[in-house]
Amino acid sequence: MEKKILTKYVDDPNQINIDTYLSHGGYKALEKVLKEMKPPEVIEEVKKSGVRGRGGAGFPAGVKWGFIPKDNPKPRYLVCNGDESEPGTCKDRVLMESDPHSVVEGMAISSYAIGSHLAFIYNRGEFAYPARMMEKAVEEAYEKGYLGKNILGTGYDLDMIVHTGGGAYICGEESSQLNSIEGERGMSRMRPPFPAVAGLYACPTIVNNVETLAAVPFIINNGGDWYASMGTEKSNGTKLFSLSGHVKNPGNYELELGTPLSVLINDLGGGMLDGHKLKAIIPGGSSTPMLLPDQIDVKLDYESLVEAGSMLGSGAVIVIDERTCMVWVAERLIHFYRHESCGKCTPCRDGTGWLEQLISRIERGEGKPGDIEKIESLCGNIMGRTVCPLGDAAVMPIQSSIKLFRDEWEYHIQNKKCMVKSEFAFK
Amino acid sequence: MILNEKSVAEIKKKMVRYPRRKSARLPAITVAYRQEGHLHGELYREISQIIEIPVIDIATAASFYTMFPKEPVGKFLIQVCHNISCALLGADSLIGYLEEKLGIKKGETTEDDMFTLISVECLGGCTAAPMMQINDEFYENLTHEKVDKILEDLRNKA
Repeated sequence: MEKKILTKYVDDPNQINIDTYLSHGGYKALEKVLKEMKPPEVIEEVKKSGVRGRGGAGFPAGVKWGFIPKDNPKPRYLVCNGDESEPGTCKDRVLMESDPHSVVEGMAISSYAIGSHLAFIYNRGEFAYPARMMEKAVEEAYEKGYLGKNILGTGYDLDMIVHTGGGAYICGEESSQLNSIEGERGMSRMRPPFPAVAGLYACPTIVNNVETLAAVPFIINNGGDWYASMGTEKSNGTKLFSLSGHVKNPGNYELELGTPLSVLINDLGGGMLDGHKLKAIIPGGSSTPMLLPDQIDVKLDYESLVEAGSMLGSGAVIVIDERTCMVWVAERLIHFYRHESCGKCTPCRDGTGWLEQLISRIERGEGKPGDIEKIESLCGNIMGRTVCPLGDAAVMPIQSSIKLFRDEWEYHIQNKKCMVKSEFAFK
Repeated sequence: MILNEKSVAEIKKKMVRYPRRKSARLPAITVAYRQEGHLHGELYREISQIIEIPVIDIATAASFYTMFPKEPVGKFLIQVCHNISCALLGADSLIGYLEEKLGIKKGETTEDDMFTLISVECLGGCTAAPMMQINDEFYENLTHEKVDKILEDLRNKA
């Protein structure tokens, strides 16, 4: 069922302390790479593991590290992306607040691998508690000589800064995050150049998700082959899934990639809340296209979810039952993306605003014939036409909602009300 | 100076760690917000003097980040998540309940300046919905009973 590797010790309240972390074999991987491995060997091992970006994009981490130009004399930076903001997602938070040293160690190993001497952890602003835990871990690591000058007597220097954000979803997008660390408004940058070539302060920079970096110590300790032996052929290892919505036991679950969605929802999640019927599933964070109940046996891995018409994304599974109006869901989501659009490019800035106006008026019972077609046209004009993926993220759930539940949208316009009223009381 | 010694020292301590001073903007803004509860022009001027970059650069950055209120708020800023995972488990009715308990509408502050109630986008507490943030703390898996107790405890603390 669950395969607890990254989350093995998150329920131990002492795991935040360096002594407990050390007693569980902590910082052994860092010691091993610094004393026994050359940076290219570390990159090779991570490539072999096949670990892919756990923030949502799914790009192989080792390959990304290899993009750092070898002849660029500028300093190099590592940024750990802990700006977790995709609705439904709260798995990086668990690692940062319950096992912060695993993140510090993963960052230190990765920094060594790419030749960086300054690493940043970008912690979303609202995560005050996880930020405190990360700061404590960084301080303890300095005290014990796992950070700072001449780490473990090996001559390798590394500083680490915990940088907190200011409540902007867009700062989870890597180029916006770099602007935010530079103190600017968190607006996305045109690519190329990619951050590996010109990132933070125009220097070569690698941005990796918290969960990706936290996997690195395990890959070093047990070998890339061990990691690659878990999961499917192309989706290796384990992944954290945040299960939320209309299920009995919501929570964060670590699963081997390729585990069926039904195992997560029914076996671990205890099935539907109060015996209601399943209506739709958002499988990878609010930006991913929805799935229907008959797709519940889909395997949770990058390839299978694409095949099913969606994405693994950040691994945030949102379960929606029959009492829910899908126009209401769409309104919540488009309101979010409109609010979080940084405003840099027109299709996203204006497009999300127009979409919100149209969807809200349908939800209010003021929709007009032709509104659905207008929404579809707007979506088509945003998709793939923006500087960063926020535009696509805004559009995908809307497009899939209309595709899968068109009758509900049409009913809404014709009858000026919801087909089902989403009235959810809290306990 | 509005910023107290502790805040100034904290900003200076953070500032020297970054390769470039301009990076200290967001940390400095955060420190100022934690001290004052909301941001305004005078704070931008003081930050600009400490980190020695133009005041407009502080204001420009600050205005982008919605986590920092730009108008005065109550002693306790209640931010209820209204995004999808929380909405599915009753975020709207939670907001309604808080409005009733506090005698204010969303977006308002109680007459005694104790509580401001707003709703916000996803806070990353999705698996423990519905949830809210009050100042720096998260309150999760909320029930009527829990909300009653939280408000009572805060009133007693004030």
